[in-house]
Amino acid sequence: MNKMTPTDPLASYVQQLRKKTIYVRITQVIIFLLFFGLWQLSSTERWIDPLLFSSPAKIVTLLYDKMIDGSLFSHIGMTLSETAIGFVLGTLFGTLLATLIWWFPFLARVLDPYLVILNAMPKVAVGPILIVALGPNITSIIAMGILISIIITTLVIHTAFQGVDENYVKVIRSFGGSKYQCFKEVILPACFPAIISSLKVNVGLSWVGVIVGEFLVSKEGLGYLIIYGFQVFNFTLVLMSLLVIAILATIMYKIVEVLEKKLIRHHH
Amino acid sequence: MAFLQLKDIGQTYYSKQAATTALEDITFSVAEGEFISFLGPSGCGKSTLLSIIAGLLSPTTGTVTLRGQHITKPHPKIGYMLQQDYLFPWKTIQENIMTGLKLQHQLTPERIEYTLALMKEIGLSDTLSLYPKALSGGMRQRVALVRTLATNPKLLLLDEPFSALDYQTKLKLEDLVSSTLKEHGKTAILVTHDIGEAIAMSDRIILFSTKPGRLFRSFSVTETLRRRLPFEARQHEDYSMMFQEIWEELEQIEQNDAD
Repeated sequence: MNKMTPTDPLASYVQQLRKKTIYVRITQVIIFLLFFGLWQLSSTERWIDPLLFSSPAKIVTLLYDKMIDGSLFSHIGMTLSETAIGFVLGTLFGTLLATLIWWFPFLARVLDPYLVILNAMPKVAVGPILIVALGPNITSIIAMGILISIIITTLVIHTAFQGVDENYVKVIRSFGGSKYQCFKEVILPACFPAIISSLKVNVGLSWVGVIVGEFLVSKEGLGYLIIYGFQVFNFTLVLMSLLVIAILATIMYKIVEVLEKKLIRHHH
Repeated sequence: MAFLQLKDIGQTYYSKQAATTALEDITFSVAEGEFISFLGPSGCGKSTLLSIIAGLLSPTTGTVTLRGQHITKPHPKIGYMLQQDYLFPWKTIQENIMTGLKLQHQLTPERIEYTLALMKEIGLSDTLSLYPKALSGGMRQRVALVRTLATNPKLLLLDEPFSALDYQTKLKLEDLVSSTLKEHGKTAILVTHDIGEAIAMSDRIILFSTKPGRLFRSFSVTETLRRRLPFEARQHEDYSMMFQEIWEELEQIEQNDAD
């Protein structure tokens, strides 16, 4: 005697999927609350040194104060513009360099070992030289942001260029298309997915470059706040800056994701 | 003067270890409006020869002339169609079929209208704003045919254009391609390893032997078969006879290879 109506299999499948998503979200929230709750508790109970590890409440209070007095926004503006410029130019120059060595295979063979060395080298180590060469100002910081992403972008995109199915190029050539037309009509659009994924990587890399750059020279910016907080032993300030960076980097990444959806909707 | 003339074409590939001769002593001519098939086992260089005729590859020796004009690079009067459609996935169907015109700076109202009329002829006018992934394999190959015909080539080179399709679609497409090309008075060369397809579609079949690729024999398809659409030709008794004849010749080539 079953009074229940026979369930629609599709509806129950969808419901099951939804249930799973809810479980995932609940677990994520629990981890979040547990982490910050424990942190707060252990700081107030002095299980950890509040001077070193601060506490969520202190960080949020500081964040609020800095937002009210407006000082935070000039720091954010500075770092954000440096990162955005470094990130865009790094990707742009990397793509241009990849185009150049795609166009001249001789150049690709000549530059190969140099690119490998430059890629393997920790770029931040060049920081002091950059500062000497370009001066202790915003230019060096942006250069740092570019430098850290340009080589890997070149390598990834050049590999993508070479991976494009020859037959697409053959179609263009059979219509009498020039090398430039092959590049514009096939190579570049076919590699949009690769370019977008290097954009995603470069978001992270540019933040590293700019923050390290700010450690070394700046008088303003989130990297400066971190190094300043460290020097005056104000770890609440350090952690607050870190929190702001995390939020901003995530937003930037999400923007690239939106761009990705728009640009490569029709690929494959 | 022949429409298309090939003279002493030879193609040798070099690697560090050895020189490989892919084609040797290829000489023949094609009359305007003729439909020729290149038939032969894989590795006989028939696709290579097609690339040479298309001007995509320069031969080691010999010359290709189209109406007395040397072909050394892709020519606007020669159209080329590949094994698969190779429609650009990031372009709409409309953009895809206009690719050739765009590249040749021929996007005039008349050419665009002609291309759209071709789309209507093959029955895909309602797909113009779609992207290739929304279309089936057969539909995509039909769009690729329009893309090739859009620039109004006189000579069409078809490199196994039906090989990636299922059997039913392939048969239908053979009829469509055959009637479309005849209607527009095109000359065509089809590369295939399918004996039946060669008989059903062409006026003349050129058989290639391997290692190195050479002209082995040439068959004229009977008038009766030529007049019929490929699908009908396949039902005719001449078809089976010719199939048998070519089959035996191919066996012969294989035998020679083994020796």
